[in-house]
Amino acid sequence: MADYGRVLVSGLVLGSAGRLLLLRADYRQYPSFPRGYVTHLVLGIIAAALGAIAVPALAEKEYTAVTFLALAAQQFRDIRSMERDSLESVDSTELVPRGSDYIEDIAKTFEARNYIAMVTALSASLVVYLSDSIAAGVLAGAAVFAGIVYSLKGEKVGDMAEVVEAKIEFDGPLLMVDGVALMNIGHAKAREKYLTRAIAVRIIPKDDNARVTLGNVGQRQALVHNAATQLGIRKDVDEPEFTPIARRNTESGDIVMAIFSMEPDIECLIEAVKKTPVLESSKRKPLDSPAGRKASD
Amino acid sequence: MDTVIKETILAIVTTDRERVIHSAAPVFYAGDEEERERVALLLSKVTLGMVHDLENGCLIIVKH
Repeated sequence: MADYGRVLVSGLVLGSAGRLLLLRADYRQYPSFPRGYVTHLVLGIIAAALGAIAVPALAEKEYTAVTFLALAAQQFRDIRSMERDSLESVDSTELVPRGSDYIEDIAKTFEARNYIAMVTALSASLVVYLSDSIAAGVLAGAAVFAGIVYSLKGEKVGDMAEVVEAKIEFDGPLLMVDGVALMNIGHAKAREKYLTRAIAVRIIPKDDNARVTLGNVGQRQALVHNAATQLGIRKDVDEPEFTPIARRNTESGDIVMAIFSMEPDIECLIEAVKKTPVLESSKRKPLDSPAGRKASD
Repeated sequence: MDTVIKETILAIVTTDRERVIHSAAPVFYAGDEEERERVALLLSKVTLGMVHDLENGCLIIVKH
């Protein structure tokens, strides 16, 4: 048997490095704890090992090794359900929950990151095997990694909509933002707080695709969750009136949202809303269908 | 898993007896608006519900 050490190690290192690069506390604020890091790093190393070992196995005509890749796919599906379960179980203790759509999106991202580690390892080890040059393998692995990460970079709300400051007012007990009723607030003091210290935005979709996508309830929950985590929320469990809500103007399709945040800085709120990812599950493209295109005329 | 009844009226606080008839939720009468606000606040803190104003002298506490 030939010496496959270089092939294996370069694939393993590249794949693991890729997973490590993707392992950061980002806008999802997750995972932001050491144990989460360890779990995902170890699983990423396993994924990289599976990818790296495929090339030597095939070179030795051990075709059954391909079944290992199937095993890996099964393993990564488990990662998705693991993430989903753990996030769902803590969602009820969030002051502003993520919502099931956002959780599903995060879980899918984590699954995909393991595939990225595996494919990076596979391509690096393949190139090292073929060219017998570690440098070429590193380059190929890095290129594949960058390519996949770039192509998976999802859209943000800011790409499909404009976000502007909105005006908060009350119609009797009804909290209104730019003319859309958000909720009925019975407490006079809470109304006073909303009028003096809360901030609000209006999200104006750029086209029909954006209008349908932003109308999705899960997408709106992701918006308010992101805004609340990034700006901080002035609310406790016994103050449901300060739960931020995003409501839809059914006439125009605009989304309005008011939040009683720790930092009442409208620029930051607009930034947080714009940077919210567009969830895969909420994405709709009516303009791609003949009926949708015709209806939008 | 906890089972919680949501979107139902937990209690009604009113200054006008005529406005509430045969309520399934408990009704609390208040002498004036100030007392009504106070009772509603205290009830909402206990039930973790939200106070809504019906603009006819009644406040309702609803768990969301």
